Amino acid sequence: MWSLLQIELYKISKRPRTYISFIAIAGIVLIIQAAFKADPGYLNILMQNVGDTFEVDKSKVINGYFMCYMILNTLLIQVPILVALVAGDAISGEANMGTLRLLLTKPISRTKIIGIKFLASIIYTVGLLVFMALLALFLSMAIFGVDDLLVFRAKADESQILQITKDDIMWRYLAAFAYAAVALTVIAALALFLSVFAENSIGPIVATVCIVIICTIISNLNIPIIDKNIKPWLFTSYLVGWKGFFYIAIDEDNVPIRGSMENWPAIRNSLFILLAHIAVLFGASVWFFKRKDILT
Amino acid sequence: MNLLLDVRDLSKNFNDFEAVKNLYFTVNEGDVYGFLGQNGAGKSTTLRMLLKLIKPTKGEICFSGKKIEEGDNTILKQTGAIIERPDMYKYLSAYDNLYIFAKMSGIKVSRSLLMDQLEMVGLADRCKDNVKTYSQGMKQRLGIAIALVHSPKLIILDEPTNGLDPQGIADMRNLILRLSREMGKTVIVSSHLLNEIELIANRMIIINKGEKIIEGNVAELLDPANTLVEINTIDNKDTIRKIQETKWASLQETAQKNIRLRMNRKDVPEMISNLASMDVNILSVQPRHSLEDYFLSLTNNDTHVEPFTN
Repeated sequence: MWSLLQIELYKISKRPRTYISFIAIAGIVLIIQAAFKADPGYLNILMQNVGDTFEVDKSKVINGYFMCYMILNTLLIQVPILVALVAGDAISGEANMGTLRLLLTKPISRTKIIGIKFLASIIYTVGLLVFMALLALFLSMAIFGVDDLLVFRAKADESQILQITKDDIMWRYLAAFAYAAVALTVIAALALFLSVFAENSIGPIVATVCIVIICTIISNLNIPIIDKNIKPWLFTSYLVGWKGFFYIAIDEDNVPIRGSMENWPAIRNSLFILLAHIAVLFGASVWFFKRKDILT
Repeated sequence: MNLLLDVRDLSKNFNDFEAVKNLYFTVNEGDVYGFLGQNGAGKSTTLRMLLKLIKPTKGEICFSGKKIEEGDNTILKQTGAIIERPDMYKYLSAYDNLYIFAKMSGIKVSRSLLMDQLEMVGLADRCKDNVKTYSQGMKQRLGIAIALVHSPKLIILDEPTNGLDPQGIADMRNLILRLSREMGKTVIVSSHLLNEIELIANRMIIINKGEKIIEGNVAELLDPANTLVEINTIDNKDTIRKIQETKWASLQETAQKNIRLRMNRKDVPEMISNLASMDVNILSVQPRHSLEDYFLSLTNNDTHVEPFTN
């Protein structure tokens, strides 16, 4: 099993498209960091909504933790596309190259083959997140230093600023990245599922991106019947659930409670729903792949 | 000869289309077994069913006396194959490709094993080059190395000479003969280059439109007593009329352009002298015995494009 996984990772590492994602992430993160380093005034754009409500010492807002939070807000919406680039190619890419039939004439069960491909996609996804963490968190910490994190939050009709002390932040980032890994694994499972049916990788990659876009739009619609009947079942409703780790609970005197979260049960339920999506999509992938006639 | 492969009542439907119909055949250990048929006859579909790439609609496959059930990979452990094209990872080297598929075959892989295989197919010098820089013939040879690396009992080669130049075809033929005679492998070869099969196979099956037409020993099927003689004369219609008056009348076969007689090869000179004595102006007499003629005659000479005549 381990040697097969090594082979799969080796194949992924040898494909140029694998590195597109890393280059894209590095480019975006470095541009944002350079822009804020050169001109911290960009913060005004972000604070338009809360500026009238709160008096904030802007010089204290920008630090490594804040930069990472802002970058994650921007990037975690785009990363699904990058995950689809590799996961959508897993089976269809082999079919397109003609190697799928050679692969399947080897004495390895189809379940194991698709399982290894899925595992490799997860490792790739985690790799992307670790890379993002290194750049967005640790590089930002090195460039901008560390201090308390201010989180600007639009809650119902009001704006809110939450302050998290600097000694209470790192675990939240680790948890947020772990949550993001689960959320992005749903995308990988979806892309893999679509990949089973295709004979070139463009189809499943584009289809995955389209599904994510459509579901995201639906998730952001504020229509009661959709809120109640559709949104709870859409994985896109939970993709940004990682933010929950930064919504710190406050006591009766409006003082943040160190080490707390406002709504852990909601985060836990989101994780369960995402895991259920992964199980269903991967299970369906195995079911169809085992029955697929290889005609390419 | 021990029976290696026993295929019974094998069928495959794609929706309403019957690609393979109730196919029975057997392959003995050590056979070079020719699998013949025109394009679309069902050869590849059958071979893919043997390799579990396609699930049969019905029928059973027995390998070394054991029925292959779903989820049983016995046949795959003992089989090496090239199906249609020798596709592999073009962005990897020949060595890497061989390493990957050797590992996937479940064997203990060593550098010396891989290099021996690459040496055998003449690719040792180029083993570090990416496969995308290889010619079709080199890819085909690498495909053979991949098929052989785990030392299988059975080797399945689907159209192995496709896209090869004459030298590549000759190399492939020699390789198949070596596999059989020197290494004792059982080889199933499908091809539409039927003369190639004639040169290497000891047993064969001909299928047409998914159905078996004939199976047997190549030498017997090419028995001289069953030679097809093609005659061309100045006036073929008149010649046919004259043949009706001879003892050769019952041996005449339907032909589109030429006169065809199926007869014993040793009787051809007598037949020529008979026709000459009846003032038939003979332009050519061609005793044809190749598998191709045999195959074409058995499959009713299905012509899709009218031959060009000047």
